[in-house]
Amino acid sequence: MYQPIVFDTAGYRLPENQRKPIRWAIYIGYLALTAGIFHGLAQALSYANIDILAYFPALKSYYQGLTAHGVANALIFTFSFSNGFLPLMTARALSQKLVSWMLWTSFVLLALGNVLVIYAVATNQASVLYTSYAPLQAHWTYYFGLVLVVVSTWLALANMLVIWNRWRKENPGERVPLLAHISVISYVMWGLASLPIAVLFLGFLIPWSIGWLPKMDPLLGRTLFWFTGHAIVYAWLLPAYVSWYALIPRQVEGKMVSDSLTRFVFVLFLLLSIPTGFHHQYTDPGISTTMKAIHAVLTFGVFFPSLATAFSVMASLEMGGRRRGGSGLLGWIRKLPWGDPSVVAQLLAMITFVFGGITGLINASFTMNQVVHNTTWIPGHFHMTVGSAVALTLMGVAYWMIPYLTGRGLVGKGWAVASSWLYTVGVLIFARGMISAGLEGMPRRIYRAQATYTREAWDLGGALTGIGGTLMFIGILVFFIVIAWTVVAGRKGEGPSDIPWSETLRPPAKTGWEPRLDRLVFWSVVAVVLVVIAYGPFFATYLPPNFVSPGFTVW
Amino acid sequence: MNIETYEKAFLSLGGVLLVACLVALAYASIAMGIHLPGRAGEVDPLTMRAQAPFDNPGVRETSPGQYEAVVIGQLWAFVPAEIRVPAGAEVTFVATSNDVLHGLHVEGTRINMMLVPGQISRNTYTFKEPGEHLIICHEYCGVGHHTMYGKVIVE
Repeated sequence: MYQPIVFDTAGYRLPENQRKPIRWAIYIGYLALTAGIFHGLAQALSYANIDILAYFPALKSYYQGLTAHGVANALIFTFSFSNGFLPLMTARALSQKLVSWMLWTSFVLLALGNVLVIYAVATNQASVLYTSYAPLQAHWTYYFGLVLVVVSTWLALANMLVIWNRWRKENPGERVPLLAHISVISYVMWGLASLPIAVLFLGFLIPWSIGWLPKMDPLLGRTLFWFTGHAIVYAWLLPAYVSWYALIPRQVEGKMVSDSLTRFVFVLFLLLSIPTGFHHQYTDPGISTTMKAIHAVLTFGVFFPSLATAFSVMASLEMGGRRRGGSGLLGWIRKLPWGDPSVVAQLLAMITFVFGGITGLINASFTMNQVVHNTTWIPGHFHMTVGSAVALTLMGVAYWMIPYLTGRGLVGKGWAVASSWLYTVGVLIFARGMISAGLEGMPRRIYRAQATYTREAWDLGGALTGIGGTLMFIGILVFFIVIAWTVVAGRKGEGPSDIPWSETLRPPAKTGWEPRLDRLVFWSVVAVVLVVIAYGPFFATYLPPNFVSPGFTVW
Repeated sequence: MNIETYEKAFLSLGGVLLVACLVALAYASIAMGIHLPGRAGEVDPLTMRAQAPFDNPGVRETSPGQYEAVVIGQLWAFVPAEIRVPAGAEVTFVATSNDVLHGLHVEGTRINMMLVPGQISRNTYTFKEPGEHLIICHEYCGVGHHTMYGKVIVE
C-alpha cells in the first residue's frame, strides 16, 4: 500500500494572490543567479590570466564584482528560491492556504533588502565580499539589506509554522504529511542557525558602521559569521534534498524508500548542521584546538545523513529505472528519463555532489585543511556543492515549477537539457582546475590576472578554471533564456496542474518512536542544547569582546 | 534480499568509513604532531608596534636549529617581506595583523594561518629542503590584496 506524501491527492492550488508573491520571489532568485555569473566569468578567466575586467566599466575593482558574485549567487539566489519553494511545498502538502500578509511582507522585505544591497554594492560602498569580515567596513545599507533578506526568511518560516499548527489542529492524531515535514524542518533549522548572524549584524556590524560602536572584535565577528555560516550551506542544500527525496521519485516513476528514514535524516540535519562552524576557522588564532577537534568530529557526523540520502535517492531512482524497463545491475540508469530537463539537471547535480561531498570530508579533516585552506581548492569544492548540487537542482526544479506557477508550457526543452550538460561539464573542468591549483597553493579570492606574484604550477589549473567557468557561464545563460522565454511566450494552459509529489512504499507508523519525529519544539530544543555544548565553552572563556578594530574601507 | 538489508549494510559501511577517517585524523595529530594554531594570546593592533615581539619583526635563532619568525601582515605587505633560514631549521611563526584580516600561507608547507587583528597566530614547521616558498596573503584585504606576498628562502 503506497502512501502519498501530501494530504490531499486530488490536488490543491493556492489562490492566485498567493501564487504571485511566490512566483516573484522565485524570479528574484533566478535573476540573481543570472546577474551573478557575469563577474563569475571574469573571475574564472582571471585565473587563466585573461583579464576582461575592462569590459565591466561600471566596476571600480575586481573585488566589487567578486562581492556581487558571492552575494547574488550564494545568498540572494538560494534564499529567494527557498522563500517561495518551501512555503509552496508546505501549503500543497497540507492543503492549507498560507497567511497572505506574511507572504506579501516576506516578499516586500526580500525585494527591499535586495534594493539596499544592490545600492551599496553598485556604488562601491560595500566591497567586503559576501563573508562581510570586519574590520572591512561596508556602508550600513549593505548590512541592513542583508538583515531584511534574513527577516524575509523568518516570515516564510513563520508562515509555514502557522499552517503546520492549523493542520495539526484540524487533524488530531494524524502524521504530518512527509513533504510538509521535511520542508518545515529545513527552514526551522535555518531559523535557529540564522540567530548568530542576526546578532552579528544587528548587535555589532550595523551599530559599528553607523558609528555607535567605535571598534569591532574581528575574531568574534568571524566566529558569529561561521556559527551561522556552515549551517547556511545546509539551508541552501536542504531545499534541494526536498526535491531529491520527495519529487524526483515521481518524476522518474519510482517511489520513496522510507518515510521514517527521510524524516530522521532531516531531523539529523536540524541537530547537526549548526554545531560544526569551527571547521571554517581551523587556521584561526584565538580558538582552542580542542574546540576545533570537537567540531571536526561533529562535521564528520553531519556527513552521515548525507550518506543516508545517497542511498535513499539512488534506491528511488533504481525503482524508477526498473519500472521503465531497465534491467541488469546498471541497465536501469540508462532507462531514467534523461530527456526530461527537470530530471537531467538534478541527476547531474547528484553526480557532481559525490565529488563535492568527498572534498568536503577532506576540508573537515584539519590536517589536510592546513594544506587547502583559502586556496582555490575551497571554491573548487563549493562549486560542486552549492554551485552544482544546489544550483543545478534549483534549475531543474524551475523547469517544472515555472510552468506550474505561470500555467505556461516550458519552451525549448532541448536547450534546457543542453544547459544542464554544459554547466555540469563546465563545473567538473572548473573544479578540476581549481582543486589541482589549490593543492599547489593558488590562493582563492585573488585577482590573479593582475597579481604581482605567480607560480608556474598554477598555470594548468588556472587554464582549466577559465575553460570550465566559460562553459558554466554559457550553461546558465541558456537556462535563463529558456526560463525567460517560457515566462514571456510559453503556451498558456500547458503548465502542469500539480506538483510532482511522490509516494512512499509504506505509510508512516502511528505508534512507537516514529511519531516523535514530528515534534518540532522538542527537536529544536535538542538542537539548541547541542549548540550550547559545541559553542558554550568558547564563548564562556572568550567573552567579553576584544574590541580593537576601527573600520577600514580599503577598496 | 530486501531494501532494508541493503540500507543497513550501506549505512554501516559508511559509518565505519567515517570512524576510520576520524581515527586517521587522531593519529595524524597525536602521533605525527600535525597541529592547528590555537590560542596564543591577544594584542592591541594599534599599539603593538611598541610591544614585544611585534616591535621587532624578523627572524632570529632562539636556540640551535630553532628559529622564531615574527611577522606582521599589513596593507598590502608582510613585514618582513623576506625570511631566510638554513635548511633543517624549525621555524615558529608568530604573526598578527595591524589593520584588516590577512592570511599567511607559506605555500608548500603546513604554515597556513589567518591573521586576525587583536589575536596572535602561532604555528611551527621544519624546513628540511633548501628552496624558495611564497608567503601568500590568502584572505581578501582590500583592493591591493593580489599584490601582498613575501618569501621564505631556505638556504
